[in-house]
Amino acid sequence: MTPDSNEERKKIEEQEYQQLVEQVRPRPNILLNCIWAFIIGGLICTLGQLILDYFRAQGMSMEDAGAMTAVSMIFLGALLTGLGWYDELGKKAGAGSIIPITGFANAIVASAMEYKREGYIFGVGARIFSIAGPTLLFGFVAAVIIGLVKYLTMLW
Amino acid sequence: MSLLWAFIVGGLLCVIGQLFIDLTKYTVTPGHILVGYITIGAFLSALGLYQPLVDFAGAGATIPLSGFGHNLAQGTLEAVQTKGVLGIFSGGVEAAAAGITAAIVFGYLAAILFNPK
Repeated sequence: MTPDSNEERKKIEEQEYQQLVEQVRPRPNILLNCIWAFIIGGLICTLGQLILDYFRAQGMSMEDAGAMTAVSMIFLGALLTGLGWYDELGKKAGAGSIIPITGFANAIVASAMEYKREGYIFGVGARIFSIAGPTLLFGFVAAVIIGLVKYLTMLW
Repeated sequence: MSLLWAFIVGGLLCVIGQLFIDLTKYTVTPGHILVGYITIGAFLSALGLYQPLVDFAGAGATIPLSGFGHNLAQGTLEAVQTKGVLGIFSGGVEAAAAGITAAIVFGYLAAILFNPK
Protein backbone atom coordinates (compact mmCIF):
# COMPACT_ATOMS: atom_id res chain seq x y z
CA MET A 1 0.00 0.00 0.00
CA THR A 2 1.31 3.42 -0.84
CA PRO A 3 1.75 5.87 2.01
CA ASP A 4 -0.62 8.19 0.21
CA SER A 5 -3.67 5.93 0.45
CA ASN A 6 -2.67 5.07 3.97
CA GLU A 7 -3.03 8.69 4.94
CA GLU A 8 -6.34 8.93 3.15
CA ARG A 9 -7.62 5.95 5.05
CA LYS A 10 -6.52 7.58 8.28
CA LYS A 11 -8.48 10.70 7.36
CA ILE A 12 -11.60 8.66 6.67
CA GLU A 13 -11.20 6.86 9.97
CA GLU A 14 -10.90 10.16 11.76
CA GLN A 15 -14.04 11.45 10.08
CA GLU A 16 -15.95 8.32 11.00
CA TYR A 17 -14.72 8.65 14.55
CA GLN A 18 -15.87 12.27 14.69
CA GLN A 19 -19.30 11.26 13.39
CA LEU A 20 -19.53 8.57 16.03
CA VAL A 21 -18.59 11.06 18.74
CA GLU A 22 -21.30 13.41 17.48
CA GLN A 23 -23.83 10.59 17.61
CA VAL A 24 -23.13 9.33 21.12
CA ARG A 25 -22.46 12.68 22.79
CA PRO A 26 -25.35 13.39 25.17
CA ARG A 27 -27.40 16.22 23.75
CA PRO A 28 -28.51 18.89 26.19
CA ASN A 29 -32.26 18.95 26.58
CA ILE A 30 -32.52 22.45 25.17
CA LEU A 31 -36.21 23.02 25.81
CA LEU A 32 -36.01 21.91 29.44
CA ASN A 33 -32.86 23.97 30.02
CA CYS A 34 -34.58 27.04 28.60
CA ILE A 35 -37.67 26.55 30.74
CA TRP A 36 -35.54 26.33 33.89
CA ALA A 37 -33.42 29.32 32.84
CA PHE A 38 -36.63 31.29 32.22
CA ILE A 39 -38.24 30.40 35.56
CA ILE A 40 -35.20 30.84 37.81
CA GLY A 41 -33.87 33.90 35.94
CA GLY A 42 -37.36 35.41 35.97
CA LEU A 43 -37.81 34.75 39.70
CA ILE A 44 -34.43 36.33 40.54
CA CYS A 45 -35.45 39.44 38.57
CA THR A 46 -38.84 39.46 40.32
CA LEU A 47 -37.04 39.45 43.67
CA GLY A 48 -34.95 42.35 42.36
CA GLN A 49 -38.15 44.21 41.44
CA LEU A 50 -39.56 43.67 44.96
CA ILE A 51 -36.35 45.08 46.48
CA LEU A 52 -36.39 47.99 43.99
CA ASP A 53 -40.03 48.77 44.86
CA TYR A 54 -39.13 48.69 48.57
CA PHE A 55 -36.30 51.24 48.20
CA ARG A 56 -38.51 53.40 45.94
CA ALA A 57 -41.19 53.37 48.64
CA GLN A 58 -38.54 54.60 51.10
CA GLY A 59 -38.37 57.76 48.98
CA MET A 60 -35.12 57.00 47.12
CA SER A 61 -34.52 58.32 43.61
CA MET A 62 -34.69 55.77 40.79
CA GLU A 63 -30.89 55.79 40.44
CA ASP A 64 -30.21 55.34 44.17
CA ALA A 65 -32.87 52.65 44.52
CA GLY A 66 -31.37 50.82 41.54
CA ALA A 67 -27.89 50.96 43.06
CA MET A 68 -29.17 49.72 46.45
CA THR A 69 -31.00 46.90 44.68
CA ALA A 70 -27.77 45.86 42.96
CA VAL A 71 -25.91 45.97 46.29
CA SER A 72 -28.63 43.87 47.98
CA MET A 73 -28.75 41.28 45.20
CA ILE A 74 -24.95 41.00 45.17
CA PHE A 75 -25.00 40.47 48.95
CA LEU A 76 -27.59 37.69 48.56
CA GLY A 77 -25.65 36.09 45.70
CA ALA A 78 -22.41 36.11 47.68
CA LEU A 79 -24.08 34.74 50.82
CA LEU A 80 -25.94 31.93 49.02
CA THR A 81 -22.76 30.97 47.17
CA GLY A 82 -20.87 30.78 50.45
CA LEU A 83 -23.57 28.51 51.87
CA GLY A 84 -23.31 26.31 48.76
CA TRP A 85 -26.96 26.85 47.78
CA TYR A 86 -26.42 28.98 44.70
CA ASP A 87 -24.42 26.33 42.89
CA GLU A 88 -27.17 23.78 43.58
CA LEU A 89 -29.60 26.22 41.97
CA GLY A 90 -27.18 26.71 39.08
CA LYS A 91 -27.20 23.01 38.17
CA LYS A 92 -30.84 23.33 37.13
CA ALA A 93 -31.05 26.99 36.18
CA GLY A 94 -27.97 27.28 33.94
CA ALA A 95 -27.98 30.73 32.39
CA GLY A 96 -30.92 31.63 34.63
CA SER A 97 -28.51 31.76 37.56
CA ILE A 98 -25.50 33.14 35.63
CA ILE A 99 -26.94 36.22 33.93
CA PRO A 100 -28.62 38.02 36.87
CA ILE A 101 -26.20 40.11 38.95
CA THR A 102 -26.40 37.42 41.67
CA GLY A 103 -24.56 35.21 39.17
CA PHE A 104 -21.79 37.79 38.91
CA ALA A 105 -21.43 37.64 42.71
CA ASN A 106 -21.53 33.84 42.51
CA ALA A 107 -18.70 33.70 39.97
CA ILE A 108 -16.59 36.05 42.10
CA VAL A 109 -17.05 34.12 45.34
CA ALA A 110 -16.74 30.65 43.79
CA SER A 111 -13.40 31.38 42.12
CA ALA A 112 -12.01 33.19 45.18
CA MET A 113 -13.06 30.45 47.62
CA GLU A 114 -11.26 27.75 45.66
CA TYR A 115 -7.89 29.44 46.13
CA LYS A 116 -8.05 30.12 49.85
CA ARG A 117 -5.09 27.87 50.59
CA GLU A 118 -2.88 30.13 48.47
CA GLY A 119 -3.48 32.85 51.02
CA TYR A 120 -5.80 35.79 51.56
CA ILE A 121 -3.81 38.29 49.50
CA PHE A 122 -2.58 36.43 46.42
CA GLY A 123 -4.98 33.50 46.71
CA VAL A 124 -8.41 34.98 47.42
CA GLY A 125 -7.32 38.55 46.63
CA ALA A 126 -6.09 37.73 43.14
CA ARG A 127 -8.55 35.00 42.16
CA ILE A 128 -11.53 37.13 43.09
CA PHE A 129 -10.81 38.90 39.78
CA SER A 130 -10.56 35.81 37.60
CA ILE A 131 -14.19 36.40 36.51
CA ALA A 132 -14.75 39.92 37.82
CA GLY A 133 -11.60 41.11 36.03
CA PRO A 134 -12.59 40.28 32.43
CA THR A 135 -16.18 41.37 33.08
CA LEU A 136 -15.15 44.78 34.45
CA LEU A 137 -12.41 45.18 31.85
CA PHE A 138 -14.73 44.73 28.87
CA GLY A 139 -17.38 46.83 30.59
CA PHE A 140 -14.91 49.69 31.08
CA VAL A 141 -13.51 49.40 27.56
CA ALA A 142 -17.05 49.53 26.13
CA ALA A 143 -17.85 52.56 28.32
CA VAL A 144 -14.73 54.44 27.19
CA ILE A 145 -15.43 53.70 23.52
CA ILE A 146 -19.00 54.93 23.97
CA GLY A 147 -17.78 58.05 25.79
CA LEU A 148 -15.20 58.77 23.11
CA VAL A 149 -17.72 58.45 20.28
CA LYS A 150 -20.15 60.67 22.18
CA TYR A 151 -17.41 63.26 22.74
CA LEU A 152 -16.45 63.27 19.07
CA THR A 153 -20.05 63.66 17.94
CA MET A 154 -20.40 66.62 20.32
CA LEU A 155 -17.38 68.31 18.72
CA TRP A 156 -18.93 68.17 15.29
CA MET B 1 -47.96 44.24 37.02
CA SER B 2 -44.37 45.47 37.24
CA LEU B 3 -43.48 42.16 38.92
CA LEU B 4 -44.93 40.13 36.05
CA TRP B 5 -43.00 42.08 33.40
CA ALA B 6 -39.80 41.84 35.46
CA PHE B 7 -40.31 38.07 35.57
CA ILE B 8 -41.02 37.70 31.84
CA VAL B 9 -38.33 40.00 30.49
CA GLY B 10 -35.70 38.86 33.02
CA GLY B 11 -36.54 35.25 32.22
CA LEU B 12 -36.32 35.83 28.46
CA LEU B 13 -32.92 37.52 28.77
CA CYS B 14 -31.73 34.38 30.58
CA VAL B 15 -33.22 32.11 27.89
CA ILE B 16 -31.17 33.93 25.24
CA GLY B 17 -28.02 33.13 27.21
CA GLN B 18 -29.12 29.52 27.69
CA LEU B 19 -29.66 29.10 23.93
CA PHE B 20 -26.22 30.53 23.37
CA ILE B 21 -24.73 27.91 25.72
CA ASP B 22 -26.69 24.99 24.26
CA LEU B 23 -26.69 25.79 20.55
CA THR B 24 -23.12 26.93 19.91
CA LYS B 25 -20.31 24.46 19.52
CA TYR B 26 -17.92 26.50 21.63
CA THR B 27 -17.41 25.88 25.30
CA VAL B 28 -19.27 28.82 26.77
CA THR B 29 -18.35 29.44 30.41
CA PRO B 30 -20.16 31.75 32.85
CA GLY B 31 -17.26 34.18 32.33
CA HIS B 32 -17.97 34.40 28.59
CA ILE B 33 -21.67 34.95 29.22
CA LEU B 34 -21.04 37.71 31.75
CA VAL B 35 -18.51 39.50 29.51
CA GLY B 36 -20.87 39.21 26.53
CA TYR B 37 -23.89 40.53 28.42
CA ILE B 38 -22.12 43.53 29.96
CA THR B 39 -20.56 44.51 26.60
CA ILE B 40 -23.67 44.03 24.48
CA GLY B 41 -25.78 45.74 27.16
CA ALA B 42 -23.46 48.76 27.11
CA PHE B 43 -23.58 49.15 23.31
CA LEU B 44 -27.35 48.58 23.08
CA SER B 45 -27.76 51.22 25.76
CA ALA B 46 -25.53 53.69 23.92
CA LEU B 47 -27.70 53.22 20.82
CA GLY B 48 -30.75 54.05 22.93
CA LEU B 49 -32.17 50.54 22.62
CA TYR B 50 -31.89 49.42 26.25
CA GLN B 51 -33.63 52.27 28.12
CA PRO B 52 -37.07 51.38 26.68
CA LEU B 53 -36.62 47.85 28.04
CA VAL B 54 -35.72 49.27 31.48
CA ASP B 55 -38.76 51.58 31.42
CA PHE B 56 -40.93 48.62 30.54
CA ALA B 57 -39.53 45.81 32.69
CA GLY B 58 -37.68 47.54 35.56
CA ALA B 59 -35.55 45.02 37.43
CA GLY B 60 -36.22 42.50 34.65
CA ALA B 61 -33.84 44.57 32.54
CA THR B 62 -31.51 46.00 35.22
CA ILE B 63 -30.76 42.82 37.22
CA PRO B 64 -29.36 40.81 34.26
CA LEU B 65 -25.75 41.84 33.68
CA SER B 66 -26.71 43.66 30.48
CA GLY B 67 -28.28 46.18 32.89
CA PHE B 68 -24.87 46.68 34.46
CA GLY B 69 -23.52 47.53 31.00
CA HIS B 70 -26.47 49.88 30.53
CA ASN B 71 -25.49 51.64 33.78
CA LEU B 72 -21.88 52.03 32.62
CA ALA B 73 -22.97 53.41 29.24
CA GLN B 74 -25.57 55.89 30.57
CA GLY B 75 -23.18 57.10 33.29
CA THR B 76 -20.52 57.72 30.65
CA LEU B 77 -22.87 59.52 28.26
CA GLU B 78 -24.14 61.85 30.98
CA ALA B 79 -20.67 62.59 32.31
CA VAL B 80 -19.29 63.35 28.83
CA GLN B 81 -22.01 65.98 28.40
CA THR B 82 -21.21 67.72 31.69
CA LYS B 83 -17.46 67.11 32.06
CA GLY B 84 -16.15 66.52 28.54
CA VAL B 85 -13.04 64.35 28.23
CA LEU B 86 -12.93 63.61 31.96
CA GLY B 87 -16.40 62.09 31.71
CA ILE B 88 -15.18 59.51 29.18
CA PHE B 89 -13.10 57.99 31.98
CA SER B 90 -15.09 58.78 35.12
CA GLY B 91 -18.73 58.45 34.13
CA GLY B 92 -19.04 54.69 33.81
CA VAL B 93 -17.39 53.68 37.05
CA GLU B 94 -19.14 56.46 38.97
CA ALA B 95 -22.51 55.14 37.89
CA ALA B 96 -21.60 51.53 38.69
CA ALA B 97 -19.47 52.27 41.79
CA ALA B 98 -21.82 50.81 44.39
CA GLY B 99 -22.27 47.53 42.52
CA ILE B 100 -18.56 47.09 41.81
CA THR B 101 -17.52 47.80 45.41
CA ALA B 102 -20.26 45.58 46.81
CA ALA B 103 -19.30 42.71 44.51
CA ILE B 104 -15.64 42.82 45.47
CA VAL B 105 -16.09 43.41 49.22
CA PHE B 106 -19.01 40.99 49.75
CA GLY B 107 -17.23 38.53 47.47
CA TYR B 108 -14.07 38.74 49.56
CA LEU B 109 -15.97 38.38 52.85
CA ALA B 110 -17.96 35.38 51.62
CA ALA B 111 -14.81 33.70 50.29
CA ILE B 112 -13.11 34.16 53.67
CA LEU B 113 -16.05 33.13 55.85
CA PHE B 114 -17.13 30.04 53.91
CA ASN B 115 -15.31 27.00 52.56
CA PRO B 116 -15.98 25.26 49.24
CA LYS B 117 -18.17 22.14 49.49
